[in-house]
Amino acid sequence: MTVSTAAGCAAPDQAAPLPTSLDLEKETVITGVVRDAAGTPVTGAYVRLLDSADEFTAEVVTSPAGQFRFFAAPGTWRLRALSRHGNGDTVITASRGVNEATVPVAVD
Amino acid sequence: MSRDTALVSADWAEKNLETPGVVFVEVDEDTSAYDTGHLPGAIKLDWKTDLQDQVRRDFVNKDQFAALLSERGITNDDTVVLYGGNNNWFAAYAYWYFALYGHREVRLLDGGRKRWELDARPLTSEAVSRPATQYVAQEPDHTIRAFRDEVVAAIGTKNLVDVRSPDEYTGRLLAPAHLPQEQAQRAGHVPTAISVPWSKAANEDGTFKSDQELREIYAAAGLDDSRETIAYCRIGERSSHTWFVLQELLGHRNVKNYDGSWTEYGSLVGVPVALGDEPGKE
Repeated sequence: MTVSTAAGCAAPDQAAPLPTSLDLEKETVITGVVRDAAGTPVTGAYVRLLDSADEFTAEVVTSPAGQFRFFAAPGTWRLRALSRHGNGDTVITASRGVNEATVPVAVD
Repeated sequence: MSRDTALVSADWAEKNLETPGVVFVEVDEDTSAYDTGHLPGAIKLDWKTDLQDQVRRDFVNKDQFAALLSERGITNDDTVVLYGGNNNWFAAYAYWYFALYGHREVRLLDGGRKRWELDARPLTSEAVSRPATQYVAQEPDHTIRAFRDEVVAAIGTKNLVDVRSPDEYTGRLLAPAHLPQEQAQRAGHVPTAISVPWSKAANEDGTFKSDQELREIYAAAGLDDSRETIAYCRIGERSSHTWFVLQELLGHRNVKNYDGSWTEYGSLVGVPVALGDEPGKE
């Protein structure tokens, strides 16, 4: 399964195909796109994954197509995005396999 | 050490981009980030290929470090300002490395790449070259670096600070969630280690919290500052961030970073491991 092939500049590449060695029966992948108020993907946004106690777990920078990806565990997570187009969050309940979410950002 | 001698603000950095004797150095987990845009005049260090031995799992030695900085055009008298992505994890790792080899004037850019980018400050992809120098490194300062046997001996006697996320501490994850879950053979933490995630020390834009807030965080977590402290994470980069906070910002003495961290400890045969939210017993 691949997510996209667009070139990314984040750490690590947020648009690269999922590694073929990845076992989606075991891994919980949370992936999606950051979008501004007009629905346009936001590149270069900082997306952090916060656990159910709102504690930082990881952070990535979105690809040119606004994508992010995390390898987490089943449970409830909050995605928090910071960008030049504003900030925003979304809550997701993830299970094993690929879980998709959109994080809307807007100027406060 | 203190905030004034260890940290610079983005405003200060932007005003000093062309100041002679100030060298900006980017260090990232994603080593291609520099090529897409870096602070004007900044050079790059690759934490894997430049700062680690390519055969053994260890640092480059004193002579290799001197050769590297000579080749990149850094002198012993330069003020080196380090910055990077990932909330300065790898820049803090490099800071600790410069401290280990005795560089006199080294600073971290508060907020790193993130604050800089969010502020829309200048970035360029122009190539940077500096004339070669004759850099002289000091003997490694092992008062700031812990090895595995010291960590085992510290169980129940020194402060052990696990700075990974709570899910890694309890044993639910083996690595930060932006990476595939792999590496150590066992999940969990070193018994008696307190959990103070590195992120407690930073604001969400990557800048450090105030000294007062930082003191309260570690006191509330039960860090006894009359004792020696060893910080660890997964591969030693997030714990460099906490080492920086404790020793360089708050001025604690006797703080060591265990760069072998969980990828080493969690693969050792015969050492105690604790699971769950509690530090665990000796």
